[in-house]
Amino acid sequence: MIDHDHRDITDLRRTGPLSRIGALSLRHLYLLRGSWPRLLELIYWPTVQMILWGLITQFLMTQSLWVQQAGGALIAGVLLWDVLFRGQLGFTLMFLEEMWSRNLGHLFVSPIRPIEIVITFMLMSLIRTLIGVGGASIIAIILYHYSIFDMGPALIAFFFGLIVMSWALGMLVTAMILRFGLGAESLAWFLVFALAPVSGVYYPISVLPDWLQTLAFGLPSAHVFEGMRAVLIDHVVRWDLLRHVLVLDAVYLIIGGAIFLFSIRIARQRGLLHQVGE
Amino acid sequence: MTSDVIVAESISKRFRAVTALETMSLRIAGGKTTGLLGGNGAGKTTTMAILLGLLRPSSGRIEIFGLELERHRYELLPRMNFSSPYVDLPHRLTALENLRVYARLYGVRRPEVRIAELAEALDIGALLRRPVGKLSAGQRTRIALAKALINRPALLLLDEPTASLDPDTADWVRSYLERYRTESGATILLASHNMAEVERLCDDVIMLKAGRLVDRGSPTELIARYGRHTMEEVFLDIAREGARAQ
Repeated sequence: MIDHDHRDITDLRRTGPLSRIGALSLRHLYLLRGSWPRLLELIYWPTVQMILWGLITQFLMTQSLWVQQAGGALIAGVLLWDVLFRGQLGFTLMFLEEMWSRNLGHLFVSPIRPIEIVITFMLMSLIRTLIGVGGASIIAIILYHYSIFDMGPALIAFFFGLIVMSWALGMLVTAMILRFGLGAESLAWFLVFALAPVSGVYYPISVLPDWLQTLAFGLPSAHVFEGMRAVLIDHVVRWDLLRHVLVLDAVYLIIGGAIFLFSIRIARQRGLLHQVGE
Repeated sequence: MTSDVIVAESISKRFRAVTALETMSLRIAGGKTTGLLGGNGAGKTTTMAILLGLLRPSSGRIEIFGLELERHRYELLPRMNFSSPYVDLPHRLTALENLRVYARLYGVRRPEVRIAELAEALDIGALLRRPVGKLSAGQRTRIALAKALINRPALLLLDEPTASLDPDTADWVRSYLERYRTESGATILLASHNMAEVERLCDDVIMLKAGRLVDRGSPTELIARYGRHTMEEVFLDIAREGARAQ
């Protein structure tokens, strides 16, 4: 016997935003749980980078007074940089997974709204980044007796300053992939690296030419890494820099979100949502 | 249910210089199965994508269940569902995981009970624990159908629902769809190349050719109108320029 009253089966209390965000998160958690290489990959690169920069730090500490004073600035830099990179990659990969599996059509005719998809991807990006960078941070304690957590509460501000920026970049990259197709997917891996030289990950922004410094201070990441060095070298929390991070992140998030939502609108006009896939 | 569930007025779709769908109006009656027929590139998938809100028409207005689609899309989507060979379910997830995710996305009450019902009805119980990517094309079609029925949609859009199925399973799926429609009063819009399927399932058939609506009627009416014996012959007449202007 087929039981078919539509009103009987769907429950309005269960069709709220949280339920739909939970459902899409479940899809990506299933994917993560079902593949140990994916879990390993999350932690592999941050750890390799951290080990490399840890060894460089050990060598430079015998050569440079600045590095001796800066303590773990290079290791902290590489770990925080990975927050930006992994956060953006995590966001974009969630969308790419849907494109690779040709699932976008199903997703966009289900009741989930684009903004809920964005929130889900942010949540999953946060989880992936915590696994990857968190794991590498613990290994740094074991190998180099360096704990990034010694930065205290400022670390939380730096982390969120970078991950929010990564989500804005993730939305921008995703919009470009949606617009130009899977041929543009390599943007997910290399676009963020264009920002590394002007973010001052391993050196102060003051070493950049004047005109580039102006550009750099338009990035939340530059303020975060300057703030990180202030904590590690001068042992002060630069609230002025954190205020800049907050304002810039809000601007980036609004711009990224607007571009992403606009790209969905364009995709619906051009029929891209049900024609993408491997 | 006898009123029109879908009312599309003067819809068209152009992709730059290419006209995928010329201006057409159509009404789809509630509680019936309507077939969308046409050769490759006739505009079947485009029409379906527009009615699902996946594609915005270049012009025109669509009402579904009396609500304007563009404005009330998220009120309407929980009452609709679809399956199509042009979209897929994530291959690395098992069939069960996929159905759980979609049950929750559609806010299905007691998802495990609903999945068990569908597993029995579509004979997919043995497939549930297997990754979708490891299933045969026919098995995947059945899982996609289960996903399309997960929320017991009042409006079901099916693009080639029995493609890749062996004749026995295809016949069985058609029987299920017939029962589903009869017992639920759901409206089904079906795009198919299988003329026997259209004759068996459809109360009404819309014939498309090169993005134009060229004829419409019940299978019996169309067969009589073209002086033929089967829908296949009618289809060939239309495909080979035998269409009558509507």
